[in-house]
Amino acid sequence: MEWIGLLNYAVFMAIFICIYGLLALGLNIQWGFTGLFNAGIAGFFAVGAYASAILTTPEAAGRIGGFDLPVPVGWAGAMVLAAAIAWPIGKICLRFRSDYLAIATIGVAEIIRLVVKSEDWLTNSARGVTNIPRPFGDLPYVQSQLAYLALVGGILLVVYLLVERQIAAPWGRMMRAIRDNELAARAMGKDVPFRRLEAFIFGAALMGLGGALFAHLNRAITPEAIDPMVATFLVWIMLILGGSGNNRGAILGVAVVWVIWSFSEILTDQFPPEIAIKAKYIRIFLIGLMLQLVLRFRPEGILPEPQRGVSGKKDL
Amino acid sequence: MLEVENLVMEYGGFRAVDRCTLTAEEGHITGLIGPNGAGKTTLFNLIAGAIEPTSGRIRYMGEDITHLSADKRFHKGLVRTFQIPHEFHRLTVLENLMMVPGHQAGESLFANWFAWGKVAGDERETERRAWETLEFLELTHVADERAGNLSGGQKKLLELGRTMMTDARLVLLDEPAAGVNRTLLRKLEEKIAILNKERGYTFILIEHDMEMIEKLCHPVICMAEGTVLIEGDFQTVRSDPRVLEAYLGETVGDAA
Repeated sequence: MEWIGLLNYAVFMAIFICIYGLLALGLNIQWGFTGLFNAGIAGFFAVGAYASAILTTPEAAGRIGGFDLPVPVGWAGAMVLAAAIAWPIGKICLRFRSDYLAIATIGVAEIIRLVVKSEDWLTNSARGVTNIPRPFGDLPYVQSQLAYLALVGGILLVVYLLVERQIAAPWGRMMRAIRDNELAARAMGKDVPFRRLEAFIFGAALMGLGGALFAHLNRAITPEAIDPMVATFLVWIMLILGGSGNNRGAILGVAVVWVIWSFSEILTDQFPPEIAIKAKYIRIFLIGLMLQLVLRFRPEGILPEPQRGVSGKKDL
Repeated sequence: MLEVENLVMEYGGFRAVDRCTLTAEEGHITGLIGPNGAGKTTLFNLIAGAIEPTSGRIRYMGEDITHLSADKRFHKGLVRTFQIPHEFHRLTVLENLMMVPGHQAGESLFANWFAWGKVAGDERETERRAWETLEFLELTHVADERAGNLSGGQKKLLELGRTMMTDARLVLLDEPAAGVNRTLLRKLEEKIAILNKERGYTFILIEHDMEMIEKLCHPVICMAEGTVLIEGDFQTVRSDPRVLEAYLGETVGDAA
């Protein structure tokens, strides 16, 4: 019985690792390969989660929709809407240098959070959207969890392959060139603003998909889920720790950080209640400490960016 | 081929380029000399579209390109190199060349997923061309090296190499010889002359190495304080008293 509980927990963690993996791959396209400092991951996550929720839930009183559409339509809609929102944001913000872009995107994510929190007609505000259909939700608990894991794992694998393809292709080479030297890339005929926008939208779409998978897993989405700590900064730590510029590193970073993040929660829950509440903060401290250590001793991450494009062993 | 009319570039109250007017003829290697701060590199930045002028006009092959973005000028065959090498330091030397050609099939997300055969064919052709360029520059042994690890002179060669990956018509070379050793320098001269004769590149060449200017350039333009001082063949410009005073730093008597 004990180990079945553990196994259940492992499956639950693995599902989260796959969802965060999508967020990390999205951020890797933006930061790792193009050098865009997006500190508003939570915003695109929220757009994706709510878009899919509204598209797939049955009709509800007091808010827009739901439209009762099939789940795949909701997920596609989540990506399209996250991309559509990224477009004007990128149009405006990508002109800024990296640190200003970070500030602007934090602001945008905060605006999205406030809209989600207060617009009754759209998101049912603080009560959130419930009754989100969950694929394989009718199966018994364990089977349902395993099936969902297989689904998100498959999606992560496909996304990973699709992203790797781009990075190995001339598109990726061009983006790495833009990251290395924007002025020279422009002089070599590359439309830098358009390409940066492209990477921003591509990454945002993956973040939206991650949000959708999260909402359907929980069958509900509320504004609390859009916490910059867990939806933005944790993803950053995962990417930096795993190795930005390396997609496998990004996913590894997700796994390492999420395991520490979850186990430290189990640990702090063992303490007497009056300490347990305070002990929660030790988790944030632990993650911060780990980031410090990585930046000090291995700034390129656990799996550093490989030298790509070496002739003779091209990974095309 | 290129006409610059009354070009002005102001930074605050300072005029880096001041009512500059000059032309470059097709097929020629025009030399651009002048003291530091004369506005030569600023002029290049204006012609290449890295910055927009305060006023004035730039015409290229009969078309007004004053407000055209740098990448669009590139696609019209107007290509520049940088005084301080701007290599893509984390890309390999081969990749530095391969990224250059415009409109590659594999620059489209869609094609990379759904038209892989076309992208692969395109890549083979680009790679073949890059190897050719490396052979011409005698850099094949460093093809897989990170460009950031090259020596200063090799980076200069790579700058030149990038222009060869294009269908360039007019190439702006900003001090190709600076920091390059004597042997490599002669090689560089040779390469520029070949590109001019065999590929029909028109060049504008900023250089402080007078030997190189003398060998390659006709006409020679001397700039000072943001504007053209004199234009003519090398000997005329060289012995002009204003040039001697402003740039070459010799008195008239010494030169004679």
